[in-house]
Amino acid sequence: MREDGLRMYRHCLLSGMAFLLATAGPASAFIAYVSNEKSNTVSVIDTNSWTVTKTIKVGQRPRGIEFTRDGKFVFVAVGDDDSIQVIDVAKQEVVDTLPSGPDPELFALDSEGKLLYVANENDNTVTIIDVEKRARLGEIQVGVEPEGMAISPDGKILINTSETTNMAHFIDTATRQIVANVLVDARPRFAEFKRDNSEVWVSSEIGGTISVIDPVKREVTKKITFEIPGLRSEAIQPVGIGMTKDGKTAFVALGPANRVAVVDAASHKVTKYLLVGQRVWHMAFTPDEKYLMVTNGVSNDVSIIDVAAQKVIKTIQVGELPWGITIAEP
Amino acid sequence: MFRWLVVAIGFCIAATPVLAADPIEIGIGYLGRAGVKAKLSLVELPAENDGLAGARLAIEDNNTTGKFLNQHFTLEEVRLKDNEDVAKAAAALAARTGFIIADLPADDLLKAADTLRERGTLLLNAGAIDDRLREQDCRANVIHVAPTRSMLADALAQYLVWKQWKRWLFVVGSHQQDKLYADALRRAATRFGAKIVQERIFEDTGGARRTDSGVTLIQRQMPVFTQQAPAYDVLVAADESEVFASYLPYRTWDPRPVAGSAGLVPTSWHAAQDQWGAIQIQNRFAKLNLRHMTALDMQAWTAARMIGEATSRTKSGDPKPVSEFLKGPDFSIAAFKGRRLTLRDWNLQLRQPILLVDGRMVVSVSPQEGFLHQVSELDTLGADRPETKCKLQ
Repeated sequence: MREDGLRMYRHCLLSGMAFLLATAGPASAFIAYVSNEKSNTVSVIDTNSWTVTKTIKVGQRPRGIEFTRDGKFVFVAVGDDDSIQVIDVAKQEVVDTLPSGPDPELFALDSEGKLLYVANENDNTVTIIDVEKRARLGEIQVGVEPEGMAISPDGKILINTSETTNMAHFIDTATRQIVANVLVDARPRFAEFKRDNSEVWVSSEIGGTISVIDPVKREVTKKITFEIPGLRSEAIQPVGIGMTKDGKTAFVALGPANRVAVVDAASHKVTKYLLVGQRVWHMAFTPDEKYLMVTNGVSNDVSIIDVAAQKVIKTIQVGELPWGITIAEP
Repeated sequence: MFRWLVVAIGFCIAATPVLAADPIEIGIGYLGRAGVKAKLSLVELPAENDGLAGARLAIEDNNTTGKFLNQHFTLEEVRLKDNEDVAKAAAALAARTGFIIADLPADDLLKAADTLRERGTLLLNAGAIDDRLREQDCRANVIHVAPTRSMLADALAQYLVWKQWKRWLFVVGSHQQDKLYADALRRAATRFGAKIVQERIFEDTGGARRTDSGVTLIQRQMPVFTQQAPAYDVLVAADESEVFASYLPYRTWDPRPVAGSAGLVPTSWHAAQDQWGAIQIQNRFAKLNLRHMTALDMQAWTAARMIGEATSRTKSGDPKPVSEFLKGPDFSIAAFKGRRLTLRDWNLQLRQPILLVDGRMVVSVSPQEGFLHQVSELDTLGADRPETKCKLQ
C-alpha cells in the first residue's frame, strides 16, 4: 500500500515534469540562418531542438544575412565574391546571385521586400538593387567604409553608417539623396530604429558607445556608455543591437567584452550584462520574441538568451567566425 | 499669380542645401628628407613615396568625410635635399599649412619644432622612433604617431616571454641607432623577465650590400659568427642600419629562431595585416598607389586622419582648437588595430598595438594577454607615466 502510494506519487511527479518540460519549450519552432565568415558556410538552426540541422556552402566571406519578406529565401552578402547570394529555404541551397557593388557587407530590405540597399565597403557607396529584376538601380555616394544599414519604420529614410567617416547618413528613399549627416563616435557599425520612429540607435565599435539620434531633429540626443568591472574600456566594443517590438528593452552586443548589455530603452540605462561567447557580434529575435540568438565570432558558437528571464540558456556550436543571423518561421 | 510665383521661388531657394558656401580649406604639409633608406632585402626597399602615399590616402578619406561637413583638405609635399636647412623649409611650409606631418631624423624634427613654436603650427611625427623625442627632448607642439623604439622592443619581448623563449643570444650592430635599439631591447628583457645569455657585436666593416656571389660567403660567415654560444632559445638582433640581421635566419650555428631586426619583427603596420577591417584600407591603399602599404605609410595615414578627425569634431580648420582637441580627453582614432588609439597626455605619444610580422604574415599582436596595466594595456609598451622624463612646454 505504502509502496503503491509512493509509485503513484513518483508517476505523478514524472508526468508533471514532462508536462512542464513540454510547455517550457518553444511554442512553435523557427528556423535561424547563421553566416560563418571564415568557413564560407551558413548554419541552419532549428529553434525547437536548438540543433544545427544543415550547413550550406556559400560564397567567400559571408556576413550580412536576411530572410526575404515572404520567408522563402535568405539573402547572404558574400563580400569576397562581390555579390549577394540567394538561398532557397525549401531546398536549403544557393539558387541565385544578386549583383552588388564590390565587397558587400550589410544590407537592408525595404518594407515591401522589393528593394535591397547594400553597403559596399570598398568604394564608399550604397547600391540599390531591384530584387525581382535582379538589377542595380543606382548608387549613392556616402562616407568612407559604409557598413550599418537601417530603414525607418515608415520606409522614408534609410540610415547608412560609415566606419571611417564616423557618420550616420540619412538618405531619403524617394529621392535617393543624402538629407542629413550626423557625426557619431568612431567606427559606427550598426543602426536600429525604434518601431515608433522616435529614436534611431547607432553603435560605435571603437568609440565604445551607442548614439541615440532623434530622427526628426537629426541630432544625437544621448550617448549610452558601458562599464564592466575588471574590463578596460577599450575592450568594450558595441556592434549588434536588438530592440523588442514594444520599444522597451534593447540588447547590445559588446564584441570582445564577451557580453550582451541589456538596456532599458526608455531611460537608456544599462540594467544588466549577460556573459555570452567570445567576440559577440550580431543578433536576432525569434518572431515571438521569446528568445534572442547572438553570434560569438571567436568561440564559434551562438548563445540563446531567454528574453523575459534575461538569461543565457544555451550555446550551439556553428561554423568558424559566426557573424550574422536571421530568423523566420520555417 | 505673380506673388504666388515669388513665394514659390523664395521657398525653393530656402530649401536648397546649405552647403553652397565655400568650403573650409585645410592644408597639411608633408616634410621629409629626400633619398631612400638602405635595405638588405630588395623586396623591402621603400618606394620613393613611402609615407607620403599613406598621407595621400588619408587626404582622400578626409575629403570624402569633408564633403558632408564643407571641409576640403590638400596635401603639400616638401622633400629636403642633403644640405638643405630644415628650419627654413619648415617655416616656409608653415606659412601655407597649419599642420605638418614630419618624416625627419630626430635632430631635424627638433629644429623644425623649435622654429615653429611661436607660430602655432602642429607637427605630427610620423617617422622618428627615438625615445628621447618623447622624453627629455619632448615638445608641446609635436604629436608622435610613430611608435618608439622601446614600444617596439617591449612588444617583441612580451611575445618572446609569452612563448617561453626567455634566453636570448643578443647581437648588436656597431652603429649609433643599432645601439639605441639594443638599449630598448635590453630594457625590455629586464622588464618582462627575459635573460640575455650573451651579447655579441657585429662590426660593420663596410662593403656592399649587394654582390653577385653574396650568398656563398654569407652562408659561411653567419654560422661561424653564431657558434659557441651558451644555451639559448632565440637570437635577438639589433640592426637598424641593415648590415647583417637579415642574413641570420636559417644560418645560425644552432637551429634557433631569429627576432628583432630580422625574422620576427615588431612594426606598426604590415601589408599582410587583414584583421579588424584592415583589408578595407589595404584595398583602398593598393587601388590608389599600386603597391603594398608600409609602416611609414600607415603612420602618415594615421597622422593625416587624426587631423581630419579633429577638424570634423571641432568643425574648424584652425590649428589651435584642433591641437587642443587632439590633446584633450575626448580624442581617439580608429586605425584598424582592433581598439581605439589615444594620446599619452604626458608626452603626446599615440598609444597603439604593435604587430609582430615574419615578412609574409602577422604572427601576433602585442600587448600580449596577461600583461596588465591599471590604465591601459597599451601602456605596457614603452615608457610609462611614472618613468617619464618629459616636461611638455
